[in-house]
Amino acid sequence: MNILNFKFTSQPVDVTMKEVICGVVGSGNLEILVSSITDNEHSEFIINTSVTGFDHIWEAVIQEFVNRYAVGGLQFEINDMGATPAVVSLRLSQAINILEGEAHE
Amino acid sequence: MNKSYIQNSFYEKTARNRIASIVDKNSFVEILKPGSMPTSPNLASLDITGSFDDGVIIGKATIKDNFVYIIAQEGQFMGGAVGEMHGAKIVGMLLKAIEEKPKAIVFFVDSGGVRLHEANAGLIAISEIMRAMLKVRNAGIPIITVIGGTNGAFGGMGISACLSTHIIMTEEGRLALSGPEVIETLKGVEEFDSKDRALVWRVTGGKTRYLLGHVQVLVEDDIDDITQEIIAALQLPVANVDLSYLQQQQDGLQQQYDQWFGKKDSLSIWQSMNINNPDSISMLSAEQVKAIKKG
Repeated sequence: MNILNFKFTSQPVDVTMKEVICGVVGSGNLEILVSSITDNEHSEFIINTSVTGFDHIWEAVIQEFVNRYAVGGLQFEINDMGATPAVVSLRLSQAINILEGEAHE
Repeated sequence: MNKSYIQNSFYEKTARNRIASIVDKNSFVEILKPGSMPTSPNLASLDITGSFDDGVIIGKATIKDNFVYIIAQEGQFMGGAVGEMHGAKIVGMLLKAIEEKPKAIVFFVDSGGVRLHEANAGLIAISEIMRAMLKVRNAGIPIITVIGGTNGAFGGMGISACLSTHIIMTEEGRLALSGPEVIETLKGVEEFDSKDRALVWRVTGGKTRYLLGHVQVLVEDDIDDITQEIIAALQLPVANVDLSYLQQQQDGLQQQYDQWFGKKDSLSIWQSMNINNPDSISMLSAEQVKAIKKG
């Protein structure tokens, strides 16, 4: 199993609820568990994936996500089963939407 | 009933969304939430990514103010298959029910059976689930099972589902022991063509299970209809599992076996049940099929 760790600088997140589960570990899909960390200047990403050799793609997708949202003080733990970059990006945005209470169901 | 609105499908939802859409708003309290337990060590040792909940979500909730326990299998994660932790969560929930006595256990089964990656641990888990289900029934607590997911209920979970007090099924849901691919692999395509989807659903789908009396309720793949049937089932008394009850069940099955053994398709069974136009059944709604059974 390939475990990737990333840490990015980010603006502090401004929501109170900081626990979210989003997505499913199915073929071409992934699940994200969002929890809070004390350091609100940074966001952390832990990725469990069975696919190897795409570390730089993960980094690029997450960098793009961190640029779009203020996610400092959040940890994103991801279980991946071969999701494409577009799906990863979509699920991350979805997690933020749920955090902000915009999208349920 | 005229259904012109957009269908609110049970089949297409994830396990979490199935729970959220059926229980009273904000009433669900999950037990062993994601992040509070480790992921499967058995899958990790095979280099397979695990899931935070190991493919099953358990917790307490109310449905129209009735206090129930909920168990929901996630069919998208490894076909809803039962591994060591997955099974332990289900068994724990069942045994806890005997202590706390909820009004019922509502079980959304969506599983191909044992998770073969976890071999013996998965097989043991299934047998523990069966034993726990019987204990729960013996304690007078109803188990209301809904079969309407992508994987249906096969293998060990097919047997387990049949230990419920009450089964609610959609046409899309399937219930059997060996899955279509397994039968084809072992017995050849002449025995059962697993690619013939119409055949697979005719033989294992909700309509035929309902017509043969293997499940109590046939319902459309609709969240509101399923919720209503769960509420109706909550009002029913629990049949006592004693020797005479079991003998009666066994006699019924023996009769079906004697009558229909060797038939290759549900069409011929429906024909021998004196149903007019058996060919048309696949196109009928749940209401219409229920009307046929009632005569």
